[in-house]
Amino acid sequence: MAALEEEFTLSAVTLGARPDGLLGVEQTDRTDHFLVTDRSRTVILYKVSDQKPLGSWSVKQGQIITCPAVCNFQTGEHIVVHDDKVLRIWNNEDVNLDKVFKATLSAEVHRVHSVQGAEPVVLFRGGAARGLEALLAEPQQKIETVLSDGEVIKWTKFFVVFRHPVIVFITEKDGNHFAYVQMLHSRNLSKYTLLLEQEEKSVTRSFTASVDRKFISLMTLSSDGCVYETLIPIYPSDTEKNQRLVRSPLLKAVVSGAAPNGVTLAALDPDHVAVLGAPLPSSKECLSIWNTKFQTLQTSKELPQGTSGQLWCYGEHLFLLHGKCLTVVPCRCGASSLAGALGKLRRAQDPGSQTMPHFVNWEVAQGCEPGAQKSEQLRRILRRKKSEVSLQPEVPASEQLLSTIKNGSEKHIEVELRKFLAKWTPDSHAVLGDVVAALLGRGEAEPSFYPRSCLMQLLQTHALSHSLCPGLMDTALAKADVQMLQLCLRHFPDVPESLTCACLKIFLSIGDDSLQGAHVSMESVCEHSSSEQDESTEEQPEILRNGFSPGDSNCGTCEQELREEPQGPAAEAASCPVTPKRAALLNGILGSAYSETFLLPHLKDIPAQHVTLFLQYLYFLYLKCSENATMTLPGMHPPTLSQIMDWICLLLDANFTVVLMIPEAKRLLINLYKFVKSQISVYSELNKIEVSFRELQKLNQEKNNRGLYSIEVLELF
Amino acid sequence: MNLRMGEFKVHRVRFFNYVPPGIRCVAYNNQSNRLAVSRTDGTVEIYNLSANYFQEKFFPGHESRATEALCWAEGQRLFSAGLNGEILEYDLQALNIKYAMDAFGGPIWSMIASPSGSQLLVGCEDGSVKLFQITPDKIQFERNFDRQKSRILSLSWHPSGTHIAAGSIDYISVFDVKSGSAIHKMIVDRQYMGVSKRKCIVWGVAFLSDGTVISVDSAGKVQFWDSATGTLVKSHLVANADVQSIAVADQEDSFVVGTAEGTVFHFQLVSVTSNSTEKQWVRTKPFQHHTHDVRTVAHSPTALISGGTDTHLVIRPLMEKVEVKNYDAALRKITFPHRRLISCSKKRQLLLFQFAHHLELWRLGSTVATGKNGDTLPLSKNADHLLHLKTKGPENIICSSISPCGSWIAYSTASRVFLYRLNYEHDNISLQRVSKMPAFLRSALQILFSEDSAKLFVASNQGSLHIIQLLEGSFKHLHTFQPQSGTVEAMCLLAVSPDGNWLAASGTSAGVHVYNVKHLKLHCTVPAYNFPVTALAIAPNTNNLVIAHSDQQVFEYSIPDKQYTEWSRNVQKQGFHHLWLQRDTPITHISFHPKRPMHILLHDAYMFCIIDKSLPLPNDKTVLYNPLPPTNESDVFRRRTAHAFKISKIYKPLLFMDLLDERTLVAVERPLDDIIAQLPPPIKKKKFGT
Repeated sequence: MAALEEEFTLSAVTLGARPDGLLGVEQTDRTDHFLVTDRSRTVILYKVSDQKPLGSWSVKQGQIITCPAVCNFQTGEHIVVHDDKVLRIWNNEDVNLDKVFKATLSAEVHRVHSVQGAEPVVLFRGGAARGLEALLAEPQQKIETVLSDGEVIKWTKFFVVFRHPVIVFITEKDGNHFAYVQMLHSRNLSKYTLLLEQEEKSVTRSFTASVDRKFISLMTLSSDGCVYETLIPIYPSDTEKNQRLVRSPLLKAVVSGAAPNGVTLAALDPDHVAVLGAPLPSSKECLSIWNTKFQTLQTSKELPQGTSGQLWCYGEHLFLLHGKCLTVVPCRCGASSLAGALGKLRRAQDPGSQTMPHFVNWEVAQGCEPGAQKSEQLRRILRRKKSEVSLQPEVPASEQLLSTIKNGSEKHIEVELRKFLAKWTPDSHAVLGDVVAALLGRGEAEPSFYPRSCLMQLLQTHALSHSLCPGLMDTALAKADVQMLQLCLRHFPDVPESLTCACLKIFLSIGDDSLQGAHVSMESVCEHSSSEQDESTEEQPEILRNGFSPGDSNCGTCEQELREEPQGPAAEAASCPVTPKRAALLNGILGSAYSETFLLPHLKDIPAQHVTLFLQYLYFLYLKCSENATMTLPGMHPPTLSQIMDWICLLLDANFTVVLMIPEAKRLLINLYKFVKSQISVYSELNKIEVSFRELQKLNQEKNNRGLYSIEVLELF
Repeated sequence: MNLRMGEFKVHRVRFFNYVPPGIRCVAYNNQSNRLAVSRTDGTVEIYNLSANYFQEKFFPGHESRATEALCWAEGQRLFSAGLNGEILEYDLQALNIKYAMDAFGGPIWSMIASPSGSQLLVGCEDGSVKLFQITPDKIQFERNFDRQKSRILSLSWHPSGTHIAAGSIDYISVFDVKSGSAIHKMIVDRQYMGVSKRKCIVWGVAFLSDGTVISVDSAGKVQFWDSATGTLVKSHLVANADVQSIAVADQEDSFVVGTAEGTVFHFQLVSVTSNSTEKQWVRTKPFQHHTHDVRTVAHSPTALISGGTDTHLVIRPLMEKVEVKNYDAALRKITFPHRRLISCSKKRQLLLFQFAHHLELWRLGSTVATGKNGDTLPLSKNADHLLHLKTKGPENIICSSISPCGSWIAYSTASRVFLYRLNYEHDNISLQRVSKMPAFLRSALQILFSEDSAKLFVASNQGSLHIIQLLEGSFKHLHTFQPQSGTVEAMCLLAVSPDGNWLAASGTSAGVHVYNVKHLKLHCTVPAYNFPVTALAIAPNTNNLVIAHSDQQVFEYSIPDKQYTEWSRNVQKQGFHHLWLQRDTPITHISFHPKRPMHILLHDAYMFCIIDKSLPLPNDKTVLYNPLPPTNESDVFRRRTAHAFKISKIYKPLLFMDLLDERTLVAVERPLDDIIAQLPPPIKKKKFGT
């Protein structure tokens, strides 16, 4: 899981304090030191851990820095360009920028790039790139122009791939974007046209890129709020001059496209991107980290004072302008794994009676599955139709809904939500998470606001999971809303064990009178009506023992006890120890996913009398199970025998010493003990019978055997 | 009733009482991607894992040579050792045993090659560990290590070559190779689930480069020892019975153990938590592909290989290591040899079955009834067991053949070729051995009679082919085709044309040679193909040579024209149906219909097929196997869907199939249940109350 830590401000100046922000933040050869370049005249070297500046340099009045200062990792010197053409190189010891090394170049510089392990590279506005050494050897050398007229560099990045420096830059001309990949060693320049879907009138707002073995993965944040990915081959596959690249959607609606300020994104590691921007048009700007693999929002931080829409990421530090201060937000990105996110999968055998909650299929997200594209197209058609009809400016339904949630009445929200859900498709589940978060957020602000029916409706979509709306269950627990908890337990695949246990506590402790009013789904509970009970009690003694009669067993000592046994369980089985509603809730717990190791510590916190009650209920269920030959309970989604047994074992494991001390539990324990004992005898009998059955099977096989020799007729078709 | 085109009477034979010997050792060679397998009767087989797991070579067994250990050394040299106390080296070119050398330590229980491949280490009954130096053409005894108290059952060499671990009874010793002295003795706990067993046999050890020794023993434990301190680090109880074998991957990140319960467990070195560097061995996957003891396991880079008493060789690919999820990623279970054990006399309707130490001759029954598809016809005469011919001496039979007329039987062991003359007088049969076989006929890899039974073709293991003229009760040596200069590759497959003019012979790797028998000279050589030949036959009249390869390709080559036929070119152009190429057993026999020159009959262990060259080839969209009779479909549909491959999967496992006459087939099946019934009962596992 990725996490953002407490931010801190780099003290000192409120930098140039222009609304359009900084020119750049760059790494230096010391891990903790960063060069910050102002948009006007100043370069400051910061030591981040001490939150203080180590040095500051300014160019003369009248000069203006045109490209962020960088550090030459090979020499430790700093490089800056002012007035487009003048290159300055200086050391930490130098005080006056005017007196340091100066080289005037023949063409306008776009940027100087420097990364660890490579010589700095100067990229000119015309698209040519030069190594610093080669340039300094002959500063006035002629620089060719690669780009066509009117083509402007929008974004650049410098990588070292297998010790080969590669520079990537994106240009724009007449609304079209082009990507250039230049291998500096081989001076090999490839040009690609970035294709957008034509219908989308989106404008690309921000770029970031990461590199792996063969491809540069270019991520773009578009004005429609989505992140797209484009793979650019580092080594051109063929010599064809103008190749086309198609982008594929990676994340949907991470920010609101209509946000006033700039939005930006930065790749943190192969699986995480940081996005800066407002999630809703009206909301404050947020810094959020998204997992691109699972398409989940990992964490986010609100930035109430607004930002300049710029974000730099180096190692574990994110730099941004918050208000007028340069702020550093440390972040960590752990390795993400699906296995970690899921416990045991519930009802794996259940043959699709319920649509499983929608997990994000990350294959789909990359756009290679036809279905995804289809729904995409479908939606586009829908959208077009709508616009034809209403002829209104197009506002995404989700945004409209979110704004309603902000300040609408509960009734109004409900109506809007219903409208929204009617058009909702499963692949935009992240939006649902946002909706829930917005509802809960408002609930936090106004304690009286608890949009229960809205949340219920959202839960019924089966598309939510705990990780998508982490606050939902906590809120429901706080409100002791058992119906909501029951739904959550049923529909969430990833309820943490601590919450499962908290639910269990509530379910066991909630008063019968408050249960009376709750609308609990009863489908997992069969009618344990007493009339039915009466019919079955008569046959029970035989069935209970699975046909095993202690009379023929060689276990002489237990014979006596077993003879006495039947009345015990029969009497106990006659009545369910809990009300049907409570039983339905408890069944929800039995059906939820868990890992033993994580559940056990929480089970220890349950009060003793509740443990006893739950054990009694489980024992009752077990007896019900044993009543029929298939060892199942009637009803829709009843708990299975193995779930019941697992929970009995878990409860006893967690609370054995406590249970031993309670007088009421004594009888229960004795019964369980007897059961185990009789079960062992049954199994030993079964093992004996198995041998006889095998002999029978063998005889049967011989009958089917066709004999050693025959003449048959065969026709081939 | 008029029999229709594809209609046959099939003699369905299940009395071939063949039981493959159990697998004792497997040894994987990474360099050549080959697998050597030794069986309890001493047979050693070589499987080429790159060629669709084809069993390309074999060395016949020997009664007194029970192999206990098998290993590759010096690159691609193969050694075995066994309870007769001898170390053998196999000649993989000539397919014979190069030499046998007594180690003078009593029965040998274990053998292993050094990491460099230049030395061999054997563990003997008398507790000695002996080091042999491998010289270019032999091995040479170098020295003994410190003698131990009891037999050395398992050995493993530290990858650096400085230390070895030796598993014995109740303890494991660690030796310093330089001094030959034991530096640690690690006592294995005899206790088994609280009950003290008599002895704890260390069936296998593995020495890892970090100094860990892994042992498997008869108490069902897999244990990890620190060889530096001689202490037990970790113990896994994996079975209620013996754990009999262990094999470690070259990267030392995974290993596999086999138990007497038939289970194979995969252990992997995995990080304790994600992205931590601390790793531990975890039992990851159990596989239950065997019913009986897994006597041996091997770990190739991409698969777990196991074999044991139940005679199956199981190759289980590791899905995470398989890059392409194609058919190679499927589990392979190899049970039957990839060569013919049955020959047939069409004229007299006789079947000759080859066993390890005897031959059986059977006469097929007959019926006068007719019926429709699927009917079993009443027999008017049952099949007869005519002859049981036991070999003399301890050697296994390599190959055998009965002449088409039924009057000659020939077979060969590793040292002699035998020829018998059969006389039929009414119901009596008499057998007369042809004595004085020529001295050069020492051992044959393949024997074949000509169609008119007048000539005998013998492929010797020196690469030469002998032609012998058969006369009433005697014979005459006609000619010997010497191998191509410079090659010593043995020929394993022979085919003769029905007119007796052409002889085709194929080795394991080079192309197929075609000889002119009339002029006694080499006629041509079919271009070599990447995959070994699995079956050969020459069609009557056209003299087209049909060749099946282990990658399931079938070629037709015209001998008179010295080129591939038009049909074969077409097939290559269009390609075979993907399901055809995905079959996992090789074609072992090809024959032809005497009246239908367009038909080719061939079979593997799970299907037999008639290829009708006059029909269009199936493409990947057509249904290759059409099991249902097209009764209710219109003629048009039938014509549209008809394609060249008529396949039947009724008979399986099918060891042999041939046409007796134009309307009669003989199919020899060997149901797996019948084999299992002859094996000792497996260890019983509780089904309830575990």
